Amino acid sequence: MASIPYELGLLLAGVLFAIGGVGVITRRNLLMILLCVEVMLNAAGLAFIVGGSRWGQADGQVMFIFLISMAAAEVAVGLALLLLHFGRSRTLDADALKASERSPSAPEAVGDER
Amino acid sequence: MNVAFALGAVVAVAATILMITRKNPVHALLYFVVSLLASAVVMFVLGAAFVAALEVIVYAGAIMVLFVFVIMLIGPERIPIPGKAWIGPSILSLVLLAEVGWVLAQGSFTGQPAVEVTPKQVGMALFGPYILGAEVAAFLLLAGLVGAFHLGRRAVQDERKK
Amino acid sequence: MLSWTWCIPALPLAGFLVLAVLGGRLPRAATATIGAGSVFLSFAAAAAAGASFLASPPAGGSFTYVLWQWITAGSFSPSLSFTIDALSVVMMLVVTGVGFLIHLYSTRFMADEEGYSRFFAYMNLFVGSMLILVMASNLLLLYLGWEGVGLCSFLLIGFWYKDPENARSARKAFIVTRIGDVSLAIGLFLLVTTLGTLEVKEIAQKAAAQWQTGSTLAVAVAALLLGGAVGKSAQLPLQTWLPDAMAGPSPVSALIHAATMVTAGVYLIARTNALFILAPPVQLAVGIIGAAGVLLAGMSALTQRNIKRVLAYSTMSQLGYMFLALGIGAWSGAIFHLVTHAFFKSLLFLGGGVLILAMNHEHDIYAMGGLAKKSPFTFWMFLIASLTLAAIPPTTAGFSSKDLILALAWQSGGAGRVFWALGLAGVFVTSVYIFRLVFIVFAGPPRAEVHGHGHAAGKNGQQAGPVMGIPLAILAALCLGGGLLALPHDLGGSPYILSFLNTALPAGSIPETPLRTEWILQVVSEAASLLGIPVAWLVYRRSRTAPAAAAAAATPGQVAPAARLPAVARFLQSGWGFDWLYDAVFVRPFVWIAKVNVRDVVDRIVADGVGGLLMLLSRAVRWTQNGRVRWYAAGLAAGAALIVAAVVLL
Repeated sequence: MASIPYELGLLLAGVLFAIGGVGVITRRNLLMILLCVEVMLNAAGLAFIVGGSRWGQADGQVMFIFLISMAAAEVAVGLALLLLHFGRSRTLDADALKASERSPSAPEAVGDER
Repeated sequence: MNVAFALGAVVAVAATILMITRKNPVHALLYFVVSLLASAVVMFVLGAAFVAALEVIVYAGAIMVLFVFVIMLIGPERIPIPGKAWIGPSILSLVLLAEVGWVLAQGSFTGQPAVEVTPKQVGMALFGPYILGAEVAAFLLLAGLVGAFHLGRRAVQDERKK
Repeated sequence: MLSWTWCIPALPLAGFLVLAVLGGRLPRAATATIGAGSVFLSFAAAAAAGASFLASPPAGGSFTYVLWQWITAGSFSPSLSFTIDALSVVMMLVVTGVGFLIHLYSTRFMADEEGYSRFFAYMNLFVGSMLILVMASNLLLLYLGWEGVGLCSFLLIGFWYKDPENARSARKAFIVTRIGDVSLAIGLFLLVTTLGTLEVKEIAQKAAAQWQTGSTLAVAVAALLLGGAVGKSAQLPLQTWLPDAMAGPSPVSALIHAATMVTAGVYLIARTNALFILAPPVQLAVGIIGAAGVLLAGMSALTQRNIKRVLAYSTMSQLGYMFLALGIGAWSGAIFHLVTHAFFKSLLFLGGGVLILAMNHEHDIYAMGGLAKKSPFTFWMFLIASLTLAAIPPTTAGFSSKDLILALAWQSGGAGRVFWALGLAGVFVTSVYIFRLVFIVFAGPPRAEVHGHGHAAGKNGQQAGPVMGIPLAILAALCLGGGLLALPHDLGGSPYILSFLNTALPAGSIPETPLRTEWILQVVSEAASLLGIPVAWLVYRRSRTAPAAAAAAATPGQVAPAARLPAVARFLQSGWGFDWLYDAVFVRPFVWIAKVNVRDVVDRIVADGVGGLLMLLSRAVRWTQNGRVRWYAAGLAAGAALIVAAVVLL
């Protein structure tokens, strides 16, 4: 393995994180927002790897494993919620998520007559 | 190996930038996969071959596939974004990046030989000191599983009612 | 014997409490008994205390009786304690004695008024407060009494509160004396902070020890105390309230605004003489204020139409004599004049009250006339009082006291000679105004037929009953014989009361008057007084023509509108324009500011400002809760950036 300045690795992780952050704030498609969150998670994981490699320990990779498992669980639940939401409002626009517009359907979500 | 690192980094950044600017969610998704693969290369160069493989298998292979399924169910919705909307968030991110850069600038940019950490070491760490974390991660995955199942059932019932 | 002197103020205060609580339900006879009776008992106690004091004077000339510790604040711990010395004995006897006579008189005077028990409750409270004032051994307790009499003055001036004019007069009295009270309070604060005590004796000792004569501190304290005295005693520049205070019933004017409350200022200066001795400029100012007051008030009295206003200005003028005496260091002389003044001034007011009542609440002297034939008893009483005021024998009271002051003024040289001259002019003016009053009211043909009320005619016939007549007679006797307390040397008298007072007050450094000088001075001042009578007769003759028409148009109870007086007379009548001056300089700007500030600038800045600021902030904060997801995400990012910056940079 050749020598690599670890600051660059962290910088890469930072850049990816920043890009993901921009995407989360800017995109209106709920799906895209979730995707950009994944970008940020990946970037964080990359930072862990860089750190672990610096010290030659397995801790970085272990953290990355935990991170992936958390991302998996989050994506599963998040996408399920997304589908549920789409089923109600027929759009994935985040700007349509204002509470006032959703109030007519809210009691329906709380009460389960079935 | 520096070349591989550099290439991987550039590709990852480029792919991510492209990803966030696509209107079509499928295109964005595919760009993201590319970005993940590039990240895997970087991780491999840094000596973490195990997690590089895990990244490809789990992240790019399973999680992104989930996204593909959802897009199939919903259908691609193209929601436009005005150009002005990029200004504010970009500034915020640049600020954040500047801070990170400032911190990094304190350090010396000398290289050190990358140390390979074998899967065996990772396994021993995972089931040694981090055994509790592994159990908790298992709980988390169980919770995610049950939650997704329950919510998915509701979604199907909602569909049936209509 | 002297240890139960606390009864003396306590009895009237107890009377006040009983009348305040039960007054409305008691029959008039009971109210009158309690009201006048409590003061009588207090007088009896005071007389007993005085007799005991004379028989066996305590060591050091004074006896202090401590009731309890009032306040304990660090090193300052005034107690509720009374001092019995010559000065307080004399004041006590005047307050309770004259007070009782006036209470007795008012049981009949106020008999037709509503609020009978309220009147006596206030009067008792007043007597109680005044006694506390004169018996207090420390200035804090004195200030308590001071405030109490101020309150009662306000309540009693505005006794007939349904008329807004009376309320206005009461307010004016209270506000003007308040200015004096504030000055006095600041003076007390200074005393506490510099000397650490308010006990009169301790102040005298410590001040003499610690302060130089004429030092800034002494002058400041004395000036502040003078400010308080000037307010209460209606001297320059706070004299504007006294003429308007005549809106109250005549007994009130007699008791409060002639015999007792207005003399509180004189008493205060006499009590704290040590401080004034240490501040010669202020003592000189006392004399100047007194001398100026004598002439200013006297000349104003010359032109008044309202009988009570004449007497009010007369009070102001006589108080000026007392201040003059204090100014030259004749402490006992001032107190002696205070005593004689109480006799003749209350007699004048009470007699005037009989006339007013008989004329159905008519106050305009030009509407009266020829009452000598209609009310002979009142006429003789009033005449005796007038002769006393003008210091004309055979009435000895005014003669002795005024003569004493003038003689001492002459003897003290320098500024004293100027005071003597002014005092002499004052004697002449006094004689003129009081005899003008006597002639206009009593001489000539009766005018009572102008008022067509049979009531008035009947009242004139059966005059003051014995209840009102006896106090008048007693006061007249005191006027005739009061001067014997300190008859001048050249007439064979001996200064009994003066030597008695000199056990409590400093004897002063004025040289003894040689007999020949005393003779000459007496002759000169007698000439001035006697000269006033024919001058007054001339004034009366002139007045018979002009205001007759105006009086015919007057209605009972109202003073006829001012006839066309020459400008000088109008100026004097208005009290030398002080009311106009104060109105223009103080009242109007203040009212203007109040009008401009109707919305209250401070209120707007603080209350509305704070409120407005909060609303602005809440609107800003509300703007962040807009329900947009991306907005929240941006907020998260911004927050993260800030925190990282904080961690990294700090």
